[in-house]
Amino acid sequence: MTGVSIRKAEKSYGDVAVIHGVSVEIEEGEFVVLVGPSGCGKSTLLRMIAGLEEITGGEIAIGERVVNDVEAKHRDIAMVFQSYALYPHMTVRDNMAFSLKLKGMDRAERETRINRAAVILGLEPLLTRYPRQLSGGQRQRVAMGRAIVRDPQVFLFDEPLSNLDAKLRVEMRSEIKQLQHRLKTTTIYVTHDQVEAMTMADKIVVMRAGRVEQCDTPLGLYDNPANTFVAAFIGSPSMNFVEGKVEGDAVVTEDGIRLPLPAGSGAALAGRQVTYGFRPEHMELAPEGGIPCEIELIEPTGSETMVSLRMGQAAVAGVFRERIAGPEGSTLGIRPDAARIHLFDPRTGQRLA
Amino acid sequence: MTDTLTFVPLMIVLGAIGLPAAVFAALGAGERALSLFPGGAGRRARPWVWLFLPLILVILILIYPVIVTIFTSFQDARAETWVGGQNYTWAFSGQMLDIVGNNLLWLVAFPLITLVLALASATLFDKVRYEPLAMTIVILPTAISFTAGSVIWTQMYSFQPSGSPQIGTLNAIRALFGADPLPWLIQPVVNNFALIFVAVWLQLGIATLILSSAIKNVGSEMLEAARLDGAGEWRIFRSMILPNILPSVLVVLTTMIIAALKVFDIVYVMTNGNFGTDVIANRLYYELFAVNNLGHASAIAVILLFTALPVALINIFQFRSEARS
Repeated sequence: MTGVSIRKAEKSYGDVAVIHGVSVEIEEGEFVVLVGPSGCGKSTLLRMIAGLEEITGGEIAIGERVVNDVEAKHRDIAMVFQSYALYPHMTVRDNMAFSLKLKGMDRAERETRINRAAVILGLEPLLTRYPRQLSGGQRQRVAMGRAIVRDPQVFLFDEPLSNLDAKLRVEMRSEIKQLQHRLKTTTIYVTHDQVEAMTMADKIVVMRAGRVEQCDTPLGLYDNPANTFVAAFIGSPSMNFVEGKVEGDAVVTEDGIRLPLPAGSGAALAGRQVTYGFRPEHMELAPEGGIPCEIELIEPTGSETMVSLRMGQAAVAGVFRERIAGPEGSTLGIRPDAARIHLFDPRTGQRLA
Repeated sequence: MTDTLTFVPLMIVLGAIGLPAAVFAALGAGERALSLFPGGAGRRARPWVWLFLPLILVILILIYPVIVTIFTSFQDARAETWVGGQNYTWAFSGQMLDIVGNNLLWLVAFPLITLVLALASATLFDKVRYEPLAMTIVILPTAISFTAGSVIWTQMYSFQPSGSPQIGTLNAIRALFGADPLPWLIQPVVNNFALIFVAVWLQLGIATLILSSAIKNVGSEMLEAARLDGAGEWRIFRSMILPNILPSVLVVLTTMIIAALKVFDIVYVMTNGNFGTDVIANRLYYELFAVNNLGHASAIAVILLFTALPVALINIFQFRSEARS
């Protein structure tokens, strides 16, 4: 097993650059998720690691070996595709055996590996079936089985769960994570779903428009987003942003609403225009002395209540453990948790404090 | 002759107006009759009402002649007395054996050469940027009729004795390199392959087109997966592409086999069956129009029909199973 280093990797198609010098260090045995909106270049980066796309600039190394000019088949990596890409004319067993046969592995060893993978993934009763006879979840498992039997240096996953229904997706999510804990193989996983990224990753790389916006642990991203893009992308519902000016220990909006800052932190930024960010789950109900907001929509989920609010001009989302009676159109007093707010530069979007 | 010709415009008008009117009237009468039946029976009978006209046509111009031909094949040259299986013993004896042998050569060589070349071009075209241009060039001969193609290639193969100027392209090229001219259409075996090559040239385009579209339907992610699994290009072709385009390969093969069985125009135009290049379809024509032996001609027709039938059936079943999946 080995790590993967991506050093200033670039990719362009003709004049159009899609990856602009991305650098990521992936430790041995780490589960890294590349996440970002569609078109951010995460799949392209993964395919560059796989050897399915040429690297236009920079370097990609698997372990010590720079693989820029190494053919895909010699990189010793296994990839699970979004479409599963099973071989339709082969049984499940043959799908898994294909790469082993190409390696010239003898029959007994092949069978041992296939059976071991089949046990891990619960595929034993399906070994003689063809892909068309399997359900979506089963196909997904076969695709993983095909990757596992090879015992590769790196696993690559390209949005492997997006063709499954919601329930199965959650199941497979934890299954893949457990599997990775068990095999301890370095894994790079691409998704556009931030919940998948948060729940599965040891480390998340947030990408936008071919650049890395931030690279950190899931909770690191959640607690200390480097800019408004990451702040808005990680967490659901998204972080609220309100613009205002720092006055004492508060940010005052154009509507004259005073949003609290941690005690004593305002002095350094006094008089400055900022973007004030606070998560929907980081505010409390404050019937007395809170900021009065108009309730636009109440969405109870049972365990918590999601509320769409209007705070002056700004639309704000809130998530509360309490049940909220409403009615819609009435006023609700709230107070952001000053210890957990984020300040950003309104021009660059970068984090201030 | 002039008498019949004066009636042609009138007959065209009658046909253009009269036939649709007759069909319309017949179907209208059928629908009227159907409405008299109670619901269920009428619904079950409706397909037959609509089908009876085409069925009559098929019986009249396809099934009836086939039956007559089968009868004739057991009769003498003038279709007057019964001769039992004599025509068939003739068809598989003497010089007919050479002709059947030529057809066997066509049957094996033509589909195989076409398939291999079509597979190669379809696979290679898929990998190059100027694919549309390459495909156009291969497709072009498809637009040429077999007869015209044969005339073109008669010129290409044209042969003058050594020493005289060579006007045939191929022999001119040979002369350029100081080689003796080759009598392409006269020298046995070479001439058969020369004819087969004309058929390949004429049919390669359509075969390439069919296989090319099949290859494009093979999932690109599957091929990438195979590449990551360690497969090289040849292995990917053999283990991934070929098994997945097998239905199309079968269509190409069966179509070409039927074409090989029926081959007539190329042989008729280029050698008229001389120099050991005769094939059964050309012989059929010869027996029917030169010798006027109805019995022999019918026997050949029946043999052709029953050899082509299983291949055609394979094709039909293949299309059906594809439509189902």
